[in-house]
Amino acid sequence: MSNKIKASRGYRIFTVCNTILMIIICCAMLYPFLYLVAQSFSSTDAILAGKVSLVPVGFSLDTYKYIMRDGQFLPDYLNTIIYSLIGTVCALFFSALLAYPLSKSFLRGNKIIGPLIIFTMYFAGGMIPSYILMISLGLKDTVAAFILPGVLSTYYIILMRSFFVTIPSELEEAGEIDGLNRFGVFWHIALPLSKPIMATMALFYLVQYWNNWFDAFLYLDTQSKWPVAYYLRNLISTSTSAEDAAEAISVAANIKSCAMVLTALPVICVYPFIQKYFVQGMMLGGVKG
Amino acid sequence: MAKPKYTPVPEKKDSLKQHITKYWQLYVMMLIPVIYYIVFRYLPMAGNIIAFRRYRAGSSIFGDEWSGLKYFRQFWKDSNFWQAFRNTLLLNLKYLIISFPITIVFALLLNEIKNVGWKKVVQTISYLPHFISMVIMAGMVRELLGTRGPINSLIQSLGGQPISFISLPEWFTTIFVVSGIWQGIGWGTILYLAAMSGISPDLYEAAGLDGANKFQQCIHVTLPAILPTISTLLVLNIGQLCGSAAFEKVFLLYTPTTYKTADIIATFVYRMGLGSGNFSYATAVGLFQGLINLVLLTIANQVSKRITGSGLY
Repeated sequence: MSNKIKASRGYRIFTVCNTILMIIICCAMLYPFLYLVAQSFSSTDAILAGKVSLVPVGFSLDTYKYIMRDGQFLPDYLNTIIYSLIGTVCALFFSALLAYPLSKSFLRGNKIIGPLIIFTMYFAGGMIPSYILMISLGLKDTVAAFILPGVLSTYYIILMRSFFVTIPSELEEAGEIDGLNRFGVFWHIALPLSKPIMATMALFYLVQYWNNWFDAFLYLDTQSKWPVAYYLRNLISTSTSAEDAAEAISVAANIKSCAMVLTALPVICVYPFIQKYFVQGMMLGGVKG
Repeated sequence: MAKPKYTPVPEKKDSLKQHITKYWQLYVMMLIPVIYYIVFRYLPMAGNIIAFRRYRAGSSIFGDEWSGLKYFRQFWKDSNFWQAFRNTLLLNLKYLIISFPITIVFALLLNEIKNVGWKKVVQTISYLPHFISMVIMAGMVRELLGTRGPINSLIQSLGGQPISFISLPEWFTTIFVVSGIWQGIGWGTILYLAAMSGISPDLYEAAGLDGANKFQQCIHVTLPAILPTISTLLVLNIGQLCGSAAFEKVFLLYTPTTYKTADIIATFVYRMGLGSGNFSYATAVGLFQGLINLVLLTIANQVSKRITGSGLY
C-alpha cells in the first residue's frame, strides 16, 4: 500500500517535470517564429541596437507597407498561390490515377509496374541528367518546369495505394452492378471514401509546391514567373553578401522577417486543420508498404 | 474471416487477352502517370550515360562521344570530392546519432501526457517547423545567429565576444544538427505515436497489477511495442547515410568559408555541373553516389524485412 502511494507520488513529480519540459520545448519550437514576427514590426534603429528579442521595439507597420508596395513580392506571392493550386490539383489527380490501379492485386501488370515505380525510390536520375532533360524538352523558363518535377511523388503514391487497399471491395462491386465502369467506380466510390488520405496528400503536395524554390532557381529565368519562395531566397542570400555593411543588413532584417512571416503564414494556418487526417494517413502507409 | 475478392471469377486464370478486355480501363487510368515515370524518372536514369560520354552545351541528352572512365578517374583524384564525401557521411551520421534517440524519448514523453487537449497542443506546435520552407528555416538561422541576433546579444550580455557562426566552419555541424532537430523532432514522433496508440491498455493494467511503476511500464511495455518501428526506421536511416536529403539546407546555409565542413556531394555536384558547366564530371560523381545509395538502401531494406517482417518500400 505504502509502496503504491510512493510510486504515484513519484509519478506526480514526473508529470510536473514532463509538463515543464513540454512547455520549454513548445517555446523553443515557437521562438524563431515569434522572433521573426517581433522583428517585422520593429524599427530599424531597435534592431540595429540589438534590442529586439521577443516583443517588437519601436512598433511600426512600415515594413508591411513597404513590402506591399514592393513591385515583386505581391506578384510572386500570387504566382505561388496559382502554382500551388494547379500543382496540387494535378498531383492529386495523377497520383490517385496511378495509386488506385496499383492497389488492385488482381491486376497482372502491377507485377511489372509496381516494382518499376518503387525502384525510383532506390535510384534516381540525379540532378544533372534531370536538368539536361528539362532543357532538351524545351521547358526552360516555363511554368511547367516548376510544376512537373513534383507532380508524382513515389512515397505519396505508396501511402495512397495503402489506403485504397483498405476500401471494401463490396462497395466497389455494388457500383459495378449499378452500371459504373472502372473509372466511374474510382471517381464516384473510391475517391469519396478516401477523404482522409486525399486531404493528407493535398496538404503534403500543397506544402511541397508552396515551399519549392529550387526548381524556380534552376529553370525560371524571367522574374515575373518567380514564386515567392525564390524571391525570399534571393532576399536572404543577397543581404548576407553585404555582411560588413551593418546598415544594409538591418534595413533588410525587418523587411526580410516581414516577407518570411507572410510567406509562412498560410501553411501555418492550414496544417492544424488537417492534422487528424495526416496522423491517420502516416499510420496507414508509414512502415508497411 | 476472409473477405470475398473483388474479382468476379478469380479462380480460373484468364488469358492475357481476356484479362485486358476485362480491365483495360484500369490500365488506361495508369497510362499518363506511367508515361510520366518513363520520361521524368527513367530517362534521367538513362541520362547518366553522360558520365561515360562527353557532354557539351547543345549536344544531345546522351552526349557526343565516348570518354570511358575518364571522369571517374578525375574525381577519384579530386580532394574536394573526398572532402564532400566525408562531410556527407559525417553530417548525416552525426545528425542520426543525436536526433534518433531524442525523437524516441520525445515520443515516450508525449505518450505520458494524459490530458488529451494538452497533448494535441504540444503535438501541433512540434509539427509546425516541419511545414516551413527550407528557405525560411535558413533565413531564421541567419537572423538568430547574425552578429546582431539574439544569440549574440546573449553572448555579449554575458561578457563574451560576438561570433559570426555562419562563416565559421567549426560551427556548421552544430548549426546543421540543432536546426535539423528543431525541424524534425516533432514530425519524427508520428510513427512512434501511431505504434503506441495500438498498445492495449490491458497490458499496462496487467503490468501495474504486477507492481510495475510507470517508468517500468514504459521500459517493459511501451518500448518493446515500438521496437519494430525503431529498428525499421534506424535501418532505413542508415541506408540513407550517403544520401542527399540535406542538399537544400546545406545549399542555403553554407558559404565558401565553410566548405571544409559543410560541402556535401550534392552541393559539390551542383557547383561542378550547373555552376561551372562540367556536366559529365558532375554526373559521374552523382552516379557514384547514386550507386552507393542503391546498395545501402537495398541492404537496409533486406535487413529491415528480416528483423520486422516489413520494409518501408
